[in-house]
Amino acid sequence: MIEPLQAKGESGIDYTGKKIGMWIFLFTELLFFGGMFLLYSIFRAQYPSEFHISAREENLVLGTINTFALLTSSLFIALSIAAIRRGNKKQSLWLQGLTILCGIIFLVIKYFEWSEKIAKGIYPDSPVLLGMGSGETLFFGLYYMMTGIHGLHVLIGILVIAVMLHFTRQDTITSQNYVKLENTGLYWHFVDIVWIYLFPLFYLIT
Amino acid sequence: MNEIEEKSFYQAMGRYRGILGWLISTDHKKIGIMYLGALLCFFSVGVTLGILIRLSLIAPGMFLSAQHYNQLFTVHGIVMIFLFIIPGIPVAFGNFLLPLMIGAKDVAFPRLNRFTWWLYLAGAFIVLLALATGGGPPDTGWTFYAPYSIESKTNVSLAVFGVFVLGFSSIFTGLNFVTTIHRMRAPGMEWFRMPLFVWTLYATGWVQILATPVLAITLLFIVLGRFIGIGFFDPTRGGDPILYEHLFWIYSHPAVYIMVLPAMGIISEIVPVFARKRIFGYHAIALSALAIASVGYLVWGHHMFTSGMSDTARVIFSFITFLVAVPSGVKIFNWVSTLYKGSIEVAAPLLFALSFIFLFSIGGLTGLIIGSLAPSLHLHGTYFIVAHFHYVMFGGAGFSFFAGLHYWFPKMFGKMYSEKWAKRGWFFLFVGFNVLYFSMFILGYEGMPRRYFEPPPQYHGWSVISTIGSWLLATGILIILSNLVRALFKGEKASANPWGGRTLEWTVSSPPPRENFIHGPVIATDPYGFEGKK
Repeated sequence: MIEPLQAKGESGIDYTGKKIGMWIFLFTELLFFGGMFLLYSIFRAQYPSEFHISAREENLVLGTINTFALLTSSLFIALSIAAIRRGNKKQSLWLQGLTILCGIIFLVIKYFEWSEKIAKGIYPDSPVLLGMGSGETLFFGLYYMMTGIHGLHVLIGILVIAVMLHFTRQDTITSQNYVKLENTGLYWHFVDIVWIYLFPLFYLIT
Repeated sequence: MNEIEEKSFYQAMGRYRGILGWLISTDHKKIGIMYLGALLCFFSVGVTLGILIRLSLIAPGMFLSAQHYNQLFTVHGIVMIFLFIIPGIPVAFGNFLLPLMIGAKDVAFPRLNRFTWWLYLAGAFIVLLALATGGGPPDTGWTFYAPYSIESKTNVSLAVFGVFVLGFSSIFTGLNFVTTIHRMRAPGMEWFRMPLFVWTLYATGWVQILATPVLAITLLFIVLGRFIGIGFFDPTRGGDPILYEHLFWIYSHPAVYIMVLPAMGIISEIVPVFARKRIFGYHAIALSALAIASVGYLVWGHHMFTSGMSDTARVIFSFITFLVAVPSGVKIFNWVSTLYKGSIEVAAPLLFALSFIFLFSIGGLTGLIIGSLAPSLHLHGTYFIVAHFHYVMFGGAGFSFFAGLHYWFPKMFGKMYSEKWAKRGWFFLFVGFNVLYFSMFILGYEGMPRRYFEPPPQYHGWSVISTIGSWLLATGILIILSNLVRALFKGEKASANPWGGRTLEWTVSSPPPRENFIHGPVIATDPYGFEGKK
């Protein structure tokens, strides 16, 4: 008989260990985006007036709605974790569904924002953009890269939450064992926080 | 030693047999062995390419065109750096030994561990695919410097993407190890009772976690620069190639510590065992690993002293470079002090370890020469850099890899190799290494430029000597590897603890059972208490 080597919780899962793993993963994500924020700050310092002018192209209304959608989704996922902890499975399922809905709203709005710009001929390597000058090229290059990679994270988040929804329905995630959902929540909050920085950098500072 | 005879992990069967049973295994030991096999294959490829480079340098144009030469040294770099030495010690020895050394059954996330192995395979496959498809092997040098990497007609995109995938393998390995060390230590295994190899894996893990993502994003922008014209590093679009160098070295300098920190850990294990003496300054060695990892994060600028940087920045980077040499020096002094008045047994692992100390000292001290601003201007574009780099990487990490391979071979495979042939192999490797690379110090000091296809004629003499060194070195590697392969099939059975080591991996049978420990170990002492033993 093999003795248990590590002290574990009632469910046999090293709860803290899983959360440490997730936090470390978020550190790597932070540095992944950090590289992009570094590029942004250097190019902004290099081309302040071009960045200033380019930022006026952004649709402030849509950006604000998106910020609102994402912040609300973070609230929903936090509440869904609270619900499952209390053992309220049905409520948690609803809240996870609402989180996904907010994420989808975010992506749909992003789609329209991108389409609007592409219709104007502003996209990487486009003749219009190259004709606008270096600072503008870099601004919109950064815009597409940073919101694009962020959007990819939102998409991945939506898929992961969908899997969690499935797990919750199947009682893999329960009031005793909800570390998967909690880690998903951490990831979702991270995606939210990145947007909280992207929003002022591209929309508000003009 | 366990009296109960238990099946080794090699015999433990999962759902599948044969290769599939290995590939889908989550056993950290099997994953470590598979990594080791792959690493040695890629190492052999890298060595072969290196020998061809040396051969071409004494007879330029005889059998390689200039373009092929550029591709050859690029692929040599990519294979050696990204497929051998960065994953290197952590994935092979770390995977196999970390849980054993801290008294755990496995790593914290066994399935994630298997996933890193698959990612490694995928990345390696993509890199190899890049050699055969598109415009052929990349010719940019392993650093992929922009803007050339954006313009080159060779298959840079795919190779860079392969490195991107390998980066994620590295990140998840680091994440897994750090979590394992935090959460899986056996009862009584306090932080300062951990073997020093574990300490260095811990420091390495953090570097992998915090540095690799920066490389990932940078490489992504190279690929996107080639495909959709994202001009962040392209001066014609307002971008800045120097910025690429900064971002690249923000990762790639700490990556040097990913390679050499675990190497130092191996030396810290081997020296006390073969000196039969408690390691000198345990705390200093453990903490200096963390110091190297953290200070090493801030020295990347010294790769760019000649690229264009303000004088203030250069002075600061030079100063921090000198600073990071201090903890490395601390370790050297500790190893030497451990040997002092020890009862030294000069076995093959110790020979490799002592060579490490000698070669790494040369590599480290020459690093200070090029870390100073004035000499760097003279030496930066020369073979001095190539020599320094190989002294730290091959003389350091490479020799340590072989030291670890000989030290833990009986544990990993349950067989003993021929000590006599191991020493002969070491001799050729050590002599060949110094002939090969020390000549490069002289060539570099005299001003022979690096990366040149056809060196100016006045450097021919030392070039020939260096090339002869490469043959000696290859002979050494051949002897070492054949000796080990022979031992796999014909070696005597190894006992649980052939060297008299005091760390936990030596308390289980060789090779270890599937679940590592039959009874969970409880640790009451530090790992280097040799007093009164054998």
